Amino acid sequence: MAVFTMRLLKFLPLLMFLGVSANAQSPTFGLGRTPTAGEIEAWDIAISPTGEELPVGSGTANQGSELYLSKGCAGCHGTTGAGGLAPRLIKRDVGEVDDPWQYGRVLPIRSPFATTVWDFINRGMPLGQEGTLTPDEVYSITAYLFFLNDVIEDDLMVLDEVSLPQIQMPNRDNWAQVPDWFPGQPRLQGYPY
Amino acid sequence: MDSKKTDRREFLKRSAAVAGGLTLGTVEPALGQAVAPVPANILGTDELVGYGDRSRFVTSERIPHGGRASPDTFGLDFHIATPLQDSVGVVTPSSLHYMGTTRGSYVPDINPAEHRLMIHGMVERPLVFTMEEIKRLPSVTRMHFIECAGNRSNRRHTTVQETHGMTSNAEWTGVLLSTLLEEAGVQDDADWIVAEGVEEVKGASSIPMTKAMDDVLICYGMNGEDVRPQQGFPLRMLAPGFEGIFNVKWLRRIKVVDRYYMTYNDYGHLTQDPANAALGYQIGPKSVITHPSGGQQLPGKGFYEVSGLAWSGGGRVDKVEVTTDGGLTWTDAKLRGTAQPMAHTRFTFEWDWDGSACELQSRCIDEIGQVQPSRAQVAEFWNQPPDQPPRVRGQDNSIQPWRVDSDGSIHNAIA
Repeated sequence: MAVFTMRLLKFLPLLMFLGVSANAQSPTFGLGRTPTAGEIEAWDIAISPTGEELPVGSGTANQGSELYLSKGCAGCHGTTGAGGLAPRLIKRDVGEVDDPWQYGRVLPIRSPFATTVWDFINRGMPLGQEGTLTPDEVYSITAYLFFLNDVIEDDLMVLDEVSLPQIQMPNRDNWAQVPDWFPGQPRLQGYPY
Repeated sequence: MDSKKTDRREFLKRSAAVAGGLTLGTVEPALGQAVAPVPANILGTDELVGYGDRSRFVTSERIPHGGRASPDTFGLDFHIATPLQDSVGVVTPSSLHYMGTTRGSYVPDINPAEHRLMIHGMVERPLVFTMEEIKRLPSVTRMHFIECAGNRSNRRHTTVQETHGMTSNAEWTGVLLSTLLEEAGVQDDADWIVAEGVEEVKGASSIPMTKAMDDVLICYGMNGEDVRPQQGFPLRMLAPGFEGIFNVKWLRRIKVVDRYYMTYNDYGHLTQDPANAALGYQIGPKSVITHPSGGQQLPGKGFYEVSGLAWSGGGRVDKVEVTTDGGLTWTDAKLRGTAQPMAHTRFTFEWDWDGSACELQSRCIDEIGQVQPSRAQVAEFWNQPPDQPPRVRGQDNSIQPWRVDSDGSIHNAIA
């Protein structure tokens, strides 16, 4: 019930708008055209935590370890992933911890979702040659980073569009959602300032 | 020169000198204040006329944010701060607007004739718009500030450009995102959008549908002309009052989705603490005195108009208070014009400086009652140890103190 109420509240502005606009569900101005399926697929690169946008492909940490050198990752992130010009990619050596946040601000261990790691390598790497990695290469490098951080233990485990979103990241439920947003609300309820 | 005119000018000059000498109580011009004749005229050039340059005597410029001294560090350190100390009014000139890019991306050189905006995902009708089509849709023009999450004063900063220069304010023109979303027809359960740019890293941010339908703009105009390349030419998103990174530039795509996607931009906001998450999202009430401010010099005691900027991500600025005694007494400042929602508002305060050391501060109260806190108040709220410098959580909206020494020099007095 509470969840239902929240959802209703969230859409109150939208519902109010729909209430006064009889034909809100049909186009008013008739501008723009329908994109082709191919056009959508080419641009549809933001990956949901469920992985529904992941392209077909596969790779292993074993393959990723070679790509990590040949694609130049090591040049900026260090041969061991300890960081350099670019951020660290391997968790801090703090032994066994209760809270995975203690491993530091390291994307392939801190991220709650495996898809976020895949997404960023795919859209943002390598620096200056963004968008040149094939899906197989992105799966492989992602697998290697998870292997380095003990997220996966088998360097021959195949990551693909089905297995990647199923990886349980240690912080999967260990992060703070941003608050629901409504017009005119304070930035933090109860914060006096 | 016409000799008659010369004679007349000489006569008037002498008369003025005599009159001045006879009048009691006049103030003698100090060195450098004497009225000088205007030298040769500025001759028109293509540069001056075609797209008007400012005077060669006006040299106010942006600086790399983070204390890097040389423009050579522009590029991958592409965060540039506005010279707020020289600002008047509320509009930041487009050439001086602060900028930042996702992960230091370079600015793409986009041909607007080839640029497209796609809206797809959980919609009835996926759509692709040309720039020409977007400009045919009903438009709005609104003043809004943008502020970088890293706009945070520290003790190493000396000027307001360093402490607060990562915010700017412009007049934005474009289409309401709600207009575009209604055109596409949003499906039930579509709680979020992902907005994405075309720069090399394809910077993308998740925005709640409540915000998308409320006041988010898709802008092609800025300060009466096309949006500048550094600000997202030909098309950028503006999420009024949200932290800088949500205002996606070089916008190519909006995907309507059913959940928070946690793109790389969103990952940058990742925290374990719900309070931190909230404080790093919508910007709080904030203000700063821009004149007089750190690094400036008061020539002597007497009258000054204290002036500054106030803003809030929560709505309009309702009130600004100023103190000249370090926070013991506060007086209402005057707000110039009508405050706009999520926009810089200019405030002024008439001040007679008696020449003694003092401390100037301002604080903003917005229309929903949020009050800009002092750093000590923030530390107290979070139970931080009083013997250590306060640590302001989330986006830093704490009060900026400027110390005025008796020699008229002004300094950053942050604790």
